[in-house]
Amino acid sequence: MQRRPEKRLNCRPGSAQIEPARMSKIRLLAGTRKGAFILTSDGERQKWEVSGPHFPGWEIYHLKGSPVNPDRLYASQTSGWFGQVIQRSDDGGLTWAAVGNQFHYEGEPGTHQWYDGTPHPWEFKRVWHLEPDLHDAEVVYAGVEDAALFRSDDGGQSWKELAGLRGHGTGPDWQPGAGGMCLHTILLDPKTSGRIFVAISAAGAFRSDDHGQSWKPINKGLHSEFIADPTAEIGHCVHRLAMHPSRPEVLFMQKHWDVMRSDDSGESWREISNNLPSDFGFPIEVHAHDPETIYVIPLKSDSERYPPEGKLRVYRSRNGGEHWEALTQGLPQSDCYVNILRDATCVDTLPECGIYFGTTGGQIYVSPDGGDHWQTIVRDLPAVLSVEVQTLP
Amino acid sequence: MIQVVIPGPLRLLAKIEGEVELDVPAPVTQRTLLDQLERKYPALLGTLRDSKSGRRRDFIRFFAEGQDLSHQSPDDPLPESVVQGREPYLVIGAIAGG
Repeated sequence: MQRRPEKRLNCRPGSAQIEPARMSKIRLLAGTRKGAFILTSDGERQKWEVSGPHFPGWEIYHLKGSPVNPDRLYASQTSGWFGQVIQRSDDGGLTWAAVGNQFHYEGEPGTHQWYDGTPHPWEFKRVWHLEPDLHDAEVVYAGVEDAALFRSDDGGQSWKELAGLRGHGTGPDWQPGAGGMCLHTILLDPKTSGRIFVAISAAGAFRSDDHGQSWKPINKGLHSEFIADPTAEIGHCVHRLAMHPSRPEVLFMQKHWDVMRSDDSGESWREISNNLPSDFGFPIEVHAHDPETIYVIPLKSDSERYPPEGKLRVYRSRNGGEHWEALTQGLPQSDCYVNILRDATCVDTLPECGIYFGTTGGQIYVSPDGGDHWQTIVRDLPAVLSVEVQTLP
Repeated sequence: MIQVVIPGPLRLLAKIEGEVELDVPAPVTQRTLLDQLERKYPALLGTLRDSKSGRRRDFIRFFAEGQDLSHQSPDDPLPESVVQGREPYLVIGAIAGG
């Protein structure tokens, strides 16, 4: 039997920590409309074991593991009947326990704008995104609908709103997107202590430089056709932000329309949609080892929200958005009309970076080679809401 | 002991096996019963009532003796048959979404 040649580790300065593929294990955390699934493989990413459904019948908006303790997982479990539950696992998803689910806004919450521009009371609905802290496994952030940011310092047992975001001044003018007024993206800057980026549909992107106490909108350069004022500070339907940990001042954004880039921590943005077949979509990702290689999955806008021409294509740019190439090998190139939601893509940190995404049709795809070739891991799950990956030793 | 029937998804959530029996100190009302239920099974906190206001969630109804108690004051006494454990207190999730 011929041995597979050892892969060279691409250890350029500033690249994300690289794990040797042969010894590593991949754990994929998938949230769906009807439960959570945990998919595991070795570093080859060819054979997968599927565990689940965990929390069957419940909507699992998001699961994510702590970078400090990978066996510490958090999950957002929600239901129109029974409300919000937060689950925690300390053994990598083998067992779970419900922790704190009391998300109370600080003070009198007041109003934001409803779809028709009338004032509407702030009401907690669900947790869209959980972001474990980079340094402390007990600290975790939650992005919620109606939009606000919460933090727990005790492993999810209790939650306190970082009310400076909702209260910094523009909050009463925020308006929901079609999916609700959700805080869906939380990026913790690994280089600048206390710097946090968040994004809200349809308010825009915001930055804090003091651990979430105070905030400012960072939306200069965004243009949204549905806003009368072309220089509006807020009101932009930001679908997703992404950064590379080696270069956190560079941000990428998939907006309702337009793919954008900022080289100054969000102070200004420029469009990089360029030759994409559509500038509409939800997720955006950065390659684990090359900060200039980014991925989007364009959808036909606005109301259709499925791949253009029924062809499921991931688009990759190797030069920070100047030029995009279609990645199609292994993906359906006819009659495909699924959606890929904003939290449903991720990348692992193996030497040959793996890319993953889940669809509303219940498929989860993996490319073990940076997007060149794709395989189906599972094809008949409930609609996939989120996918996160852990690269384990 | 007071017998309480709760929806299957919540039994799963609270890891309840078998019957739910509660010892509720007098006066036995819907509020004191639900308070005791949440004390015994903390995972249920917020799933039946809003954890801050105490308001019943929209898709949850409460029944006993064939009567819908959902709109009664939470501080009204519960029927004697429930207090004595002859009739269960039913927590029902709405049949909705189909």
